[in-house]
Amino acid sequence: MFLLVVGTAVVLTRDLLKAAMLFAIYSLTIAGLFVVLDAGDVALTEAAVGAGISTILILAALTLVPGRERQQKGHSLPALLIVLITGAALVYAVSDLPEFGNPNNPVHQHVGPYYVEQTYPDMGIPNMVAAVLASYRSIDTMGEAIVILTAGIAVYALLSVPPKRRRRRAAENKDESQ
Amino acid sequence: MKDNAILVIVARFLIPLVMLFGLYVQFHGEYSPGGGFQAGVLFAAAWILFVLIYGLETGLRVIPLRVIYSFACLGVLLYCSVGLLGVILGGRFLDYQPLLASPQAAQQAGIILVEFGVGVTVASVVMMVFLQFARRRALSQAAGLELDQEQDRS
Repeated sequence: MFLLVVGTAVVLTRDLLKAAMLFAIYSLTIAGLFVVLDAGDVALTEAAVGAGISTILILAALTLVPGRERQQKGHSLPALLIVLITGAALVYAVSDLPEFGNPNNPVHQHVGPYYVEQTYPDMGIPNMVAAVLASYRSIDTMGEAIVILTAGIAVYALLSVPPKRRRRRAAENKDESQ
Repeated sequence: MKDNAILVIVARFLIPLVMLFGLYVQFHGEYSPGGGFQAGVLFAAAWILFVLIYGLETGLRVIPLRVIYSFACLGVLLYCSVGLLGVILGGRFLDYQPLLASPQAAQQAGIILVEFGVGVTVASVVMMVFLQFARRRALSQAAGLELDQEQDRS
């Protein structure tokens, strides 16, 4: 319920700083929700990344742009249509979801039981998430690490060069004024 | 923000705690929620807090730019080399069994090493991204343009 309120507020507010703060609150609430659902690892990630780092990065980006969203006149009908259709489809899909916590659900029938039973004999560690992440599925995690490195390199490539084009425009403006 | 006494004192108290918690999440990840990714983000958050309080220059004196870049790559390299070590010692890629005699201890050692690699990479990449955004403003101002006016004109 609180999530809905905060989410609506994020969309409605025009002040980008306020939106960033509200988004942090949103992430923190979701992290609380994950804790309630016993997903400690995900909750920790959401709290640290969603509420912490991404807010800081958005704030850092906000220092580069004006602080208010530009007012747009009118509404985009196709966008509204797409959102409505997707929302309706998702609501319809919810009725097909398996019952929450039922041990016969498909997700508990595949490789899940193997991990649950074998993690302790194989590794001797109690946290199954770490075992799956770093041992059973370690190549996936390696790809993840490489993706993070690539993203960092991309940001570096985009932002580390001084803004030349705009500098030239500023120089032209200076010439005109002289 | 160096002049704000409350901020400085609270940060002085918080930064070591956040770093300690990051290390705990890193190396205790097999027993409690956590792992390399979360630990890296926490560690980077401590550094970003330091930069926000003491300024970018001081932050870069603590961890120089070159170190951040190299650590970002070294983390991934550590991950890959742990995988290759398994191959060299006669297993498959990212197979931890040959690393140590006891299979359980080998798995644990492999997980800890690999998670450490992820943590180092994540921490340095997050630092790097923040650093680029923070330096961007200084670069733009050095290039002699007022950002807000530029936005209005375009």
